[in-house]
Amino acid sequence: MAEAGAESQTVQEYIVHHLSYLTYGRFPDGHWGFAHTPEEAAEMGFMAIHVDTMGWSIALGAAFLLWFRWIGLRASADNPGPIQNFVESIFEFVDGRVAESFTHKNSLIAPLALTVFVWVLLMNTMDLVPVDWITGIAALIGEHVFGFDHMPFKIVPTTDPNITMGLSLSIFAMIIWYSIKHKGLGGFLGELAFHPFGKWMLPFNLMIEVPTLLAKPISLGLRLFGNLYAGELLFLLIAGLLGLYQLPAHFVWAVFHLLVVPLQAFVFMMLTVVYLSAAHEAAH
Amino acid sequence: MDINLTIIGQSIAFAIFVWFCHRYVWPLFANILDERKRTIADGLEAAAQAELKLESANRESEQQLDEAKTSAAGIIDQANRRATQIIDEAKQQAQVEAERVMTAAQAEIEQEANRAREELRAQVSVIAIAGAEKILGREVDQAANEEMLSQLAGEL
Repeated sequence: MAEAGAESQTVQEYIVHHLSYLTYGRFPDGHWGFAHTPEEAAEMGFMAIHVDTMGWSIALGAAFLLWFRWIGLRASADNPGPIQNFVESIFEFVDGRVAESFTHKNSLIAPLALTVFVWVLLMNTMDLVPVDWITGIAALIGEHVFGFDHMPFKIVPTTDPNITMGLSLSIFAMIIWYSIKHKGLGGFLGELAFHPFGKWMLPFNLMIEVPTLLAKPISLGLRLFGNLYAGELLFLLIAGLLGLYQLPAHFVWAVFHLLVVPLQAFVFMMLTVVYLSAAHEAAH
Repeated sequence: MDINLTIIGQSIAFAIFVWFCHRYVWPLFANILDERKRTIADGLEAAAQAELKLESANRESEQQLDEAKTSAAGIIDQANRRATQIIDEAKQQAQVEAERVMTAAQAEIEQEANRAREELRAQVSVIAIAGAEKILGREVDQAANEEMLSQLAGEL
């Protein structure tokens, strides 16, 4: 706890502050504005937006795509520089995994996988930024410029379930779209109703297949959220409880997290590709 | 879990990013990698073809060398034969010439001898008459002895 104002906070307040979002939304009385306390944010319900995680998410995605495009426009086939090689290695990695797992014809899947992988990787990597650097500076600015008491400012978008579920539900929509496109509406529903045990066991089939289908987006989104949220929470606990001894603990947990960050991005990409590949398979 | 509008914002951002990546990022790198693959394949093919060409060129040059050797040997052979022939011809001609010169010389010698003989014959009669005149002390009638004298000259 390195920044001003921390002395007056309890550990619990410190952690709650770091787990809150900078929320802009509609107050119960109908006017729109920033929520100044977690209670105000809770009262806004669905009609609110997390300015911090949403902003970081868009900023990271845009930075990644614009940077890749900038490199791509300056790239040469005969004389690649080190940065181009780096980007190409990511490109070929994703392209190779997609070629292995997705055997159908759809030119959208590989760019989708690249976007998902690099974007999620960048959002996860924000977890390795020390917890008080950006959040602390933002809290100071919030306090002195905008009159917040403790302005929350979350910088890891994938610790926000809205972000991860936004991705996984979009992918779920694509799964349903491509299933119906390639199997027909009848084929898609038939797979749910008649699949494991034939038509005489229809209710039982539905009981198995519908949760299986729904589990895909939920597990996809929550797995990413859970891993990153747990990682973030442990960083906060270390920062909040260990005082001066936190540095080695931060280091150890960050090293461990170096494995989690790319692994979760990779798992998210691979599951996306595998689910979409299954959606393209015509009915048996 | 506070689910709110952020989930919709994230979905929209996701759709836009995927569209952007599909339209403006992915093709750039796909093209570059394709181009590089093509360049490498072309290079390898060109190398293979160059090797083939080199082989055929080597074969051709060997063949030409062989041909040149054969024709050079032929030319040398011919030249040798021609030289021998020329020498033979020259020898023959020289011999013929020598014979001719010798024959001509002999003929001339013979002619010369004949002429000398004729001269001698002519003079023999004069000497004989002069001798007879001395012996007889008088003039011999040439006309009267003409027949006897020419018979004498003819016997010489």
